Amino acid sequence: MARKLLLEHINVPGINTFDVYRSKGGYAAVEKALKTLTPDEVVEEVKKSGLRGRGGAGFPTGMKWSFLAKPEGVERYLVCNADESEPGTFKDRYLMTHIPHLLIEGMIVASFALGAKTSYIYVRGEMMPQIRILEKAIAEAKAKGFLGKNILGTDYSLELYVQPGGGAYICGEETALLESLEGKRGNPRIKPPFPAIAGLYGCPTVVNNVESIAAVVPIINEGGDEYAKLGIGRSTGTKLISAGGNLRKPGVYEIDLGLPAEEFLYSDEYCGGIANGKRLKAVVAGGSSVPILPASLFLKTINNEPRLMSYESLADGGFVSGTMMGSGGFIAYDEDQCIVRNTWNFARFYHHESCGQCSPCREGTGWMEKVLHRLEYGHGKMSDMDLLIDVSKKIEGNTICPLGDAAAWPVASAIRHFRDEFEWHVTNPSAALSGNYGIAHYADPLPKLEVATS
Amino acid sequence: MLSVQDTNTPVTFSPELLSKFADVVSRYPAGKQKSALLPILHLVQAGFGWTSIPAMDKVAEYLDIQPIEVYEVASFYTMYFLKPQGKYMLEVCRTGPCEIVGATPIMEHIEKTLGVPEGDVTPDGLFSWRGVECLAACGFGPVLQIGPEYTFYENLTTESVDKLIGDLRQKVNN
Repeated sequence: MARKLLLEHINVPGINTFDVYRSKGGYAAVEKALKTLTPDEVVEEVKKSGLRGRGGAGFPTGMKWSFLAKPEGVERYLVCNADESEPGTFKDRYLMTHIPHLLIEGMIVASFALGAKTSYIYVRGEMMPQIRILEKAIAEAKAKGFLGKNILGTDYSLELYVQPGGGAYICGEETALLESLEGKRGNPRIKPPFPAIAGLYGCPTVVNNVESIAAVVPIINEGGDEYAKLGIGRSTGTKLISAGGNLRKPGVYEIDLGLPAEEFLYSDEYCGGIANGKRLKAVVAGGSSVPILPASLFLKTINNEPRLMSYESLADGGFVSGTMMGSGGFIAYDEDQCIVRNTWNFARFYHHESCGQCSPCREGTGWMEKVLHRLEYGHGKMSDMDLLIDVSKKIEGNTICPLGDAAAWPVASAIRHFRDEFEWHVTNPSAALSGNYGIAHYADPLPKLEVATS
Repeated sequence: MLSVQDTNTPVTFSPELLSKFADVVSRYPAGKQKSALLPILHLVQAGFGWTSIPAMDKVAEYLDIQPIEVYEVASFYTMYFLKPQGKYMLEVCRTGPCEIVGATPIMEHIEKTLGVPEGDVTPDGLFSWRGVECLAACGFGPVLQIGPEYTFYENLTTESVDKLIGDLRQKVNN
């Protein structure tokens, strides 16, 4: 069994309380960092660890930290992005619910490294129970001298606050999150300037995902070099994968990056295969925004090599035959799922969540939703697939923030890999809504055409 | 329960609510009190059931910002109700991962059980329901949440939904 760095103690009764967490070695990273390391040395360890942002972009965390501007006499901020809303992703909620002190500990160490005196955890508004949990954990840590003035007798002081969002997917984009934290609509800002130069209140700011911040704790405890030994190539360390959809054992799993995708999907230690004895049709490997893959391409790359759960291997083949690690929101589709319906569902999501700032995204997502709706409900035309590709190309790359790309990719990839299923919806309009094209030649082993028209 | 026509009803914030507001405002640097807007709107909604125009005007006055700055925020974020809802607002996740494990049948069942379409309030003022986008509980779908505490109900079946609605009815009657 692979080593757990984040979830090692997740099943210990009372691990959500300060005392139990502390008895399991908790807050050792705070002691080590504040008493034996300088802020720059902490940044150096995180750089050595090779940790990549766990929110979706995969940008090296240590490098992001080293970009932070440090002008004299100007406040700096660390903001934790806990606005987890990417369909398929629920790891941050899990972590905050069960082991909140890990996040608090990471926040203290990271704030120390960046020289922040005030830090915020921006939690999506629907997670009110998690907000209460974090506020309680912060109060406990403060009472024990790990937060507030002169932490552990050092001259470092830190205030940590939890900020609720208002239910907007777009606030997971870091500049929209900062706008929201300033009490405004979540409209992403034009970059540059990047938050590292002008972020919260115009001050230098770092925004990191919950899991990235939590990973700082084992990195400091064991050293960046030790952390980098886990994983494979430039995908170092462990990653939380939120596994959902038609799985026998859905849930949050911590894996060593580089685990074979087939093992993750079928072994009893992880997802345990597809529920109800069915077969796998398709996989969304990293949250709804990443390209969907048919089972055959998910399990093996186009060069017939086993696909691994790592940033590089999942991206193998680019958008032609690969996908992305994204946020680790893993959705499995069984043979009875309709790809057209799913694509329409995602398009509706992006249309709903578009902030409306950029015309290509605001209008384009709406048109994609409408066209996909008519395909799913049996009113589609053969030219609709090309129309959808055309619209998606006009959104992609033409917006301020990546929501436009995130809306375009699932549609383009679904048509690329499942075009015959879309065409079947046009040629079988009466069966399109109630029936299912089946798993055709998408699944492993291939090929087998099954058209169910019940 | 206020109705839509009662939007001119004056709103008074209790001393308890005002002290919660002050606690929120203290989290931000001086002059950045607008940051308190989202948390304060949550507190207002928890207290009054929705965010009415008079309540938003009072919030603007409290934070020393223009009323439009409150309206534009309340209308941007989906969690703020701009009209009164049932005492219990059932919000069912309808996005991909929940959809493929049966969110639509759950919503159809809720509609049938409560007898009101999405967004409407039952005649007794107790319930309303709507489909919402991903609630980050994709491994435990279908899920629904009920404010203002946003308690989650996971792995829903038609039976568990019936029990939930029954329990809530009983809670009110007792």
